[in-house]
Amino acid sequence: MSLAHLMACHDCDLLQRIPSVPEGAAALCRRCGTVLIQNKPKSFQRPLALLFAGAILFVMFNAFPFLTFKKEGLEHQTHVITGIRQLADQGMEALAALVAINLLIVPGLHLLASLYVLVPVSLNRKVPGMFRVFRYLRLLQPWHMVEIFMLGVLVSLVKLAKMAQIIPGVAVYSLTAFIFVMAAASAAIDPHEVWERWEAPR
Amino acid sequence: MGGPSVKKPILTARRAGLIACSVCHLLCQAGPPEATSRASKCPRCGATLHSRKPDSIARTWALVIAACIFYIPANVLPMTTVTSLGMVQSDTIMSGVIYFVQSGSWPIALVIFIASIFVPLVKLFILGFLLISVQFRSHYRPKDRTRLYLITEAVGRWSMLDIFVVTILVALVNLGALATIQAGPAALHFAAVVVITMVAAMSFDPRLIWDAKEKRHE
Repeated sequence: MSLAHLMACHDCDLLQRIPSVPEGAAALCRRCGTVLIQNKPKSFQRPLALLFAGAILFVMFNAFPFLTFKKEGLEHQTHVITGIRQLADQGMEALAALVAINLLIVPGLHLLASLYVLVPVSLNRKVPGMFRVFRYLRLLQPWHMVEIFMLGVLVSLVKLAKMAQIIPGVAVYSLTAFIFVMAAASAAIDPHEVWERWEAPR
Repeated sequence: MGGPSVKKPILTARRAGLIACSVCHLLCQAGPPEATSRASKCPRCGATLHSRKPDSIARTWALVIAACIFYIPANVLPMTTVTSLGMVQSDTIMSGVIYFVQSGSWPIALVIFIASIFVPLVKLFILGFLLISVQFRSHYRPKDRTRLYLITEAVGRWSMLDIFVVTILVALVNLGALATIQAGPAALHFAAVVVITMVAAMSFDPRLIWDAKEKRHE
C-alpha cells in the first residue's frame, strides 16, 4: 500500500484513501466530517491578483487619515497608528505591542510571505526557504485581526456619536477593502496544491 | 440500536505506525517507539512530527487555569478612564455594556457583551468540559465534541474587540484638558485572557476525543 493516496484526518487521525478530487469539489473525513482536501479552481492566479491589491490597500490605510474627531470647531485627526502610539505613551507598552502585532505586523508579514511563496510557485520555480515560509504562514493566520479592529471602529463610532462628530477618512475605506481582499485571497489559496509542488520537479 | 452502521475495523494513522504532519498533512513513517522521544521532522515541510500534540492535556489545563485567574481583574478593574474638564470616570467592561443598554444601543451592547464577557467565559467552560471528557475517556458524541472544539478555536479571537475599541477611543479622545480617555489596568488583563485562551485552544488536540473510541475496539 503506497502512502501517496492515503491521508490521515488532522482532527480525528482516521486513515483513509483519498480519490482524486475534481476541480471545485472537496473530500470530507469519513468519520468526523472535517474537510480534508478542497480542489480550488485557478488556485495560484486568483490569490496572487488579490494579494497585489491587498499590498496597495495596506500602504493606503497606513498612509491616509483614519478618523477625525470634530467638536465645536475643534478638530483632531488620527491615523491607524495613533492609538498604538497613545497606548505606549500611557505606559501600556505591552498592549500597544499586541495591537501593533495583530493590526500591522502580522497582516504585513502575511502579505509578504504569501507573495514570497505564491509568485515562485505560480512560475514553477523554487526559492530558498519558501516551504518553511509557507509553514509559518499557517501559524500567523489566527493573529491576523484586521476585521475585528473594523468592528471596533463601528463600536467606537456609536460610543462617541453623542459626544462629537466623527469623520471617516480614506484609511477607513481602504481598511474595509483590505479585509475583503485578504479574506478572498486566503479562501482562494489551495495549500494542498502548494505542498504538492514541493515534490514536482522543477 | 442505531441504524445499519458499517462495523469496519477503524484504522488511524497512529495504529498504522504513521504520523500525519500537522502542517502539510503528509503521511510519514513513525520511527521506532524508543526514537519517538527524539523529535523527528517532516521530510516535506520541516515541521516537527507529533502523533498527538505533546502534553496536550497538561498544557491546556495550565493555560485554562491561568486565563481564569486573569479573567477576574479583567472584569473588576477599570477598562477605560475618562477625564473631562476635571471630572474623572472609570468604566469596567460590564459598566460599558450597561451604558450602551441605558442609551438604547441594544445591538452594540449585545456585541460587546458577547465578545467580552460571554465568549471568554463559555470558551473556558468548553475547554474544561473537553479536557474532563477526554480524561474520563468519554464516548459521548465525539463528532459533536470535535465540532464544539473547532467552533471554540475559531471564535475566540473576536474577544479582542474590546481592546481595539479602547485603542481607537484613546486615539480619538485626546483633547488635553477638555477630554482624554486613558486605557485602564483591566485592558492588559483582558488582553492576557484572550491571548492565553487562544493558545489554550491551539494546544488542545481533538484527536484525543477519538482515541477513547479506538481503545474500545481493541
